Amino acid sequence: MDVISAVGLTKRYAATLAVDAIDFAVPEGATVGLLGGNGAGKTTTIAMLLGLLIPTAGSIRILGRDMARDRFAALAEMNFSSPYVALPSRLTVGQNLRVYCHLYNVRNASRRIGELAEELNLRDLLDRPAGELSAGQKTRVALAKSLINRPRVLLLDEPTASLDPDTGDLVRGWLERYRATSGCTILLASHNMAEVERLCSDVLMMKRGRIVDRGSPADLLARHNRHDLEEVFLDIARNRTAMAEALV
Amino acid sequence: MTGEVQASLRRIWGLMYRHISLYRASWPRLLELAYWPTLQLCIWGFTATFFAARLGNPGIVAAGALLGGVLLWEVALRTQMGLALGFLEEIWSRNLGHVFVSPLRPWELVAALVGISALRVVIGLAPALLLAWLLYAFDIFDIGLMLIPFVADLMVMGWWVALGVISLILRHGAGAEALAWSVLFGLTPLSAVFYPVSILPRAIQPIALALPSSHVFEGMRTVMAGGGVAWGHLGWAIGLNALWLGAAILVFANQFRAARTSGALISIGE
Repeated sequence: MDVISAVGLTKRYAATLAVDAIDFAVPEGATVGLLGGNGAGKTTTIAMLLGLLIPTAGSIRILGRDMARDRFAALAEMNFSSPYVALPSRLTVGQNLRVYCHLYNVRNASRRIGELAEELNLRDLLDRPAGELSAGQKTRVALAKSLINRPRVLLLDEPTASLDPDTGDLVRGWLERYRATSGCTILLASHNMAEVERLCSDVLMMKRGRIVDRGSPADLLARHNRHDLEEVFLDIARNRTAMAEALV
Repeated sequence: MTGEVQASLRRIWGLMYRHISLYRASWPRLLELAYWPTLQLCIWGFTATFFAARLGNPGIVAAGALLGGVLLWEVALRTQMGLALGFLEEIWSRNLGHVFVSPLRPWELVAALVGISALRVVIGLAPALLLAWLLYAFDIFDIGLMLIPFVADLMVMGWWVALGVISLILRHGAGAEALAWSVLFGLTPLSAVFYPVSILPRAIQPIALALPSSHVFEGMRTVMAGGGVAWGHLGWAIGLNALWLGAAILVFANQFRAARTSGALISIGE
């Protein structure tokens, strides 16, 4: 069963076509990577999936619900994390997580916050203002917020951007464990090719608002005759090969 | 209570809890709530005392009307600012993206901000009310039961003005945030807070009479002068509020949708 399905999804801002009639589906329990350079349309696509942006054309169904008509029911079972969206900095980590427990109608908030604090090693941070945390700590807190409602669908926009390799690896480990234990479906926009190879069963390559290639990391490597996704990414971004040029 | 109603109330409380936590952690924020109403009360209170001492009984009546006007107008001002600033807090903390991808409905956001603005009014006005009683022997509760509809009308006026301000922020970004402090303050001359509408130039009077606040203050002065219940003014205030609030809700709903179309919910902040 496809948990996320987008058909003819388009977003136009005046003269700029940010997303150009893309179609894709994400099956239940899969982790799918959304790859592309800056301005490729990844964040716009995620914003449309979350209901923050109304598409110019096309339709989105998440967990069987039409996002144009029934987005709040779907949003209750989804969550989102991005280093570019902050949590109120003067509230403590514990207060922030409690706010989102209420917003997502999570029963027994204290227990859920305790579980996440244990799992993500946040216990010592619960009483500290969110604004006083390091980048790595903020990312862990943002991840805790995104898992607060045990989401069935998780949308992540560059979840490990600006993290040191150690913290980045820990975050990737948590995401792998959460997906394995919960069966959650994850759509991940990232610029980190190693991360995508490690986490994703499928990849959508975007360029200028279009999906120009798709497949498992292994399929893409074979098709482009490369050894890592970074090379594939550069081929497509720079039209370096005849194959990449044909795709674009 | 159905599960959906409970969930809705919980979301509203969640956002209120966010703002209450903010105030609990910061005494300067609490102080700021009471600072302006208290300052206004002191300035106008001493001015009124001066007139009362010079003019005798008519001066005492005018002084009461002046102090009543100051305190009731603060209800509208603090309600409007509380609602608009609550929304701006989400922009300043770059938290709008998280809030709007949660199941929180736009009307629940507004309901939470209304709740917070009511709390701000109570906390902000309590010291001023106490000072008015201690320093000037003025008790706003002497107005009697009519105080309830007057206060309610001014709070509703604060809501619809704030919804208009939020709509402008959604359209023009945080560049419009100065309006959160200034819009209703700018309506003070037209609201007949300290003088009757008849004092205004004839051409401006219809504008003043289109504001619920003018009718509240005309009604207040009638009651304070012993003229009985001002049903006419009260009726006008309620009717006008219903009209303006309906219009503000429509504008807000349209602007919220426009912000989701233009991407303003993601990029808002500049």
